[in-house]
Amino acid sequence: MSEITLTIDGREITTQPGRTILEAAEEHGIYIPRLCHLPGLKPFGGCRVCTVLVNGRSEAACTQPVAQGIVVENDTEQLRAWRRNIIEMLFVEGNHFCPSCEKSGDCELQALAYRMGISAPRHPFLWPRREVDASHPDVLIDHNRCILCARCARTSRDIDGKEVFGFVGRGPARKLTINPGARLVDSALDVTDQAVNACPVGAILRKRGAYATPVGRRHYDRAPIGSGIETPAELTIDRGDQP
Amino acid sequence: MDTEVRQITSDACRAFANDGTRLLDILHEIQRRLGHVPPDAIEAIADCTSLAPVRVQQTLAFYAFFSDRPLGKVVIRLCDDVVDRMWGYDAVRAAFEKALGIPMGGTTPDGMIGLQRTPCIGMSDQSPAALVGTTVFTRLTPESAERIVAGLRAGCQPAELIEKCGDGNNAHTLVRAMVRNNIRQPGAVLLTEGERGAAIANALAMSPAEVIRTVKNARLRGCGGAGFPTGMKWEFARSARGPRKLIFCNADEGEPGTFKDRVLLTEHPNRVFAGMTIAGYAVGAAEGILYLRAEYAYLRPFLEDILARRRADGLLGNAIRGKHSFGFDIRIQLGAGSYVCGAELALLRSCEGGPGEPMTRPPFPVQSGYLGCPSVVNNVETLALVTKILESGAPAFSELGEEGCSGTKLLSLSGDCTRPGVYEVPLGTPLRDVLDMCGGGDARSVLVGGASGRFVGPALFDRLISFDDLSTGGAIIVFGPQRSVPEIVELYSHFFAEESCGYCAPCRIGTVLLRERLGRIVRGTGEPADLEYLEELGDTMKATSRCGLGQAAPNALLSSLKNFRPAYEELVRSDPDGFKRAFDLDKAVTQAGEIAARLSIRGQEVAL
Ligand SMILES: Cc1cc2nc3c(=O)[nH]c(=O)nc-3n(C[C@H](O)[C@H](O)[C@H](O)COP(=O)(O)O)c2cc1C
Ligand code: SF4
Ligand code: SF4
Ligand code: FES
Ligand code: FES
Repeated sequence: MSEITLTIDGREITTQPGRTILEAAEEHGIYIPRLCHLPGLKPFGGCRVCTVLVNGRSEAACTQPVAQGIVVENDTEQLRAWRRNIIEMLFVEGNHFCPSCEKSGDCELQALAYRMGISAPRHPFLWPRREVDASHPDVLIDHNRCILCARCARTSRDIDGKEVFGFVGRGPARKLTINPGARLVDSALDVTDQAVNACPVGAILRKRGAYATPVGRRHYDRAPIGSGIETPAELTIDRGDQP
Repeated sequence: MDTEVRQITSDACRAFANDGTRLLDILHEIQRRLGHVPPDAIEAIADCTSLAPVRVQQTLAFYAFFSDRPLGKVVIRLCDDVVDRMWGYDAVRAAFEKALGIPMGGTTPDGMIGLQRTPCIGMSDQSPAALVGTTVFTRLTPESAERIVAGLRAGCQPAELIEKCGDGNNAHTLVRAMVRNNIRQPGAVLLTEGERGAAIANALAMSPAEVIRTVKNARLRGCGGAGFPTGMKWEFARSARGPRKLIFCNADEGEPGTFKDRVLLTEHPNRVFAGMTIAGYAVGAAEGILYLRAEYAYLRPFLEDILARRRADGLLGNAIRGKHSFGFDIRIQLGAGSYVCGAELALLRSCEGGPGEPMTRPPFPVQSGYLGCPSVVNNVETLALVTKILESGAPAFSELGEEGCSGTKLLSLSGDCTRPGVYEVPLGTPLRDVLDMCGGGDARSVLVGGASGRFVGPALFDRLISFDDLSTGGAIIVFGPQRSVPEIVELYSHFFAEESCGYCAPCRIGTVLLRERLGRIVRGTGEPADLEYLEELGDTMKATSRCGLGQAAPNALLSSLKNFRPAYEELVRSDPDGFKRAFDLDKAVTQAGEIAARLSIRGQEVAL
């Protein structure tokens, strides 16, 4: 099939049909913020952080396919404001005490907050009561930090072939659950599962590896999130041990 | 595992061929027999259907009408919508609580009767209303609440407690409901009698393409709220590739304040089923599914009977009207208490046996919907109109509208008006005329489109009811001078937080934050800056939510902030000393006070 031409923030790019807007942008070094998107998984469209305007209509860039001639707005004041608002919502929905979280510096939620210049959310904290499941010998889940992005669940189902995780409860009661039984140790999860690496935040953690990389030398301590995609990079990036 | 549970579960699964896509039916059946779905049953269902247990649990936990613990042999679900609160909800609720000796949400100690609240059950013109089991009770009073409880205690079935059936088919032996149709203004189209089978005969005499052209020429647009041109939707589905296509009739009617589809299903089910059949012919579909909200389960035996008669008459089944190339049949899928399931992308998931989380679009359902098949979803009224159009022709229909609009619209009128009920008006009718018709001349604010609609004031009463001006799926709720707009908006904010499916962040969290801040404002601890905060939050939800629920949840708020701003400004004030009004000093020091065993209340020390 022939190539597709579209513009993103006034820049004309060409791509293959079948790509999503997010993929096409990334191909051309344009970063669209995202949280629930993980390459290799079927798009989920849950966090809405990747919202862009397509011919003036808002759409999630991770699920919206490219089309000939579309005009996409990405890095505008309005879109940045909406995204910032969503990130702030995610912070108050759970219990995110970054200084005491082992994922600090490697956390995509925290990194997006930094990139967007959020120092404290404007929303009231909802302080939910949530559990920690440390029953498994090698992996733990701290539900306090779960942002319900389903990256673990989709990885377990589509890549590990296990369907260890699911979501129960409607609306604000939505909660990540383990299948079968209630605890991680009873599940088929193995420490070598890809699902263990899928979590963008500090909700699923491998035990006994917390401070292998000291705070200050982690992913987003070195460079802001997205800077591996953007060309030219906004900062000089030491790619170091980044995958 | 309990052998009874195992037996009932495997029977239920077998009744639906151990088909996981029929999970809602399986859960309904287990709950009918056991009163709830015990945890043991989850594993057993998973075994029978080969679904992952977590999927079974997911569906079970999603729907308000399913429960994993016993709520009572009979459950009373009292509607606590805004409209019911206007007509005596508080007193009725108190009467139920007193007669039962339990608070809302509780179950009597003998496990016999449960009391639950529920959003609009489609009876807003005869509220307060409740479901007792599947039986509807309307125009409740404290006295009738006591009588219901006494009757249940005496061992009566809910249906035996109905004193007088409603009008029309509400009195039919298969319905026997006290529900009233309240058809106040039958218009030229829907509320007149038509010959059964004539529309189908006319359609089958044409080619499918001609049928689509007829619907297009009539300029029919979807009546479920979005107003999408019906002919165009059908054309997309017709040209979609796939051996199996389906027609869905959306009878979820969950928008608070809407009840016109209930009246159509009661009085004109044949028209609705004929419309589905014609859609099937036009699109090339052989299957139809009527998605009936659980609140309308009382209509199911009646509707099943109509379907059976249509099969017997050759209007459903193979070779319809002797045309060998066209077969079509319809089944009813019962919902289970979820507003978002009215959204077509969620409805399709629900029909697949899943939780009502909207599918990702694209692909559009007309290309790939239910189980990946091209699927057309149309509202009850839309399908009934199709039948009318095929009966009397496109021009006769399109001429009915006013001001350049095509056709008529059914409206569900409720609230502060003397004649609540169903009205059929030409599209293009000014809102003011509608208010006069229903005896709502005293209106100060009107919610056009129900909870997810827009609040308009007298300055906009000359605007027209039409898809391009004041657009509504049918609900119009009228409020008189004694009502507070911010309080109404606050009440509906609870509805959205409870009905959000939770899949996407801005709706799942945003609805809770809207509720929190509106609560502060109506309790008198709001500040002027809260209004801008709400506007920004509402804008974000509107722009970024995944489906129409989250996108429309802030509509009433945002439109009322525009049209009724003084009502909010009166409630919010800055603190003269510059303190945050939401900060409650007494509350903040309570815990410290408890530890110290003394409490400081406004300067006085009180020993505990
Ligand atoms: C939250 C939500 C609830 C909805 N509820 C209903 C409903 O109860 N009935 C209905 O016909 N459409 C409802 N809709 C609209 C449907 O998604 C869809 O547009 C409609 O059924 C299409 O039929 P139509 O083209 O005949 O109007 C709802 C939409 C949303 C977003
Ligand atoms: S545990 Fe992590 S990956 Fe899984 S849903 Fe929660 S935040 Fe997402
Ligand atoms: S807007 Fe999002 S969370 Fe809300 S109901 Fe739709 S998909 Fe679910
Ligand atoms: S990345 Fe697109 S919705 Fe989450
Ligand atoms: S039934 Fe109570 S408001 Fe609709």
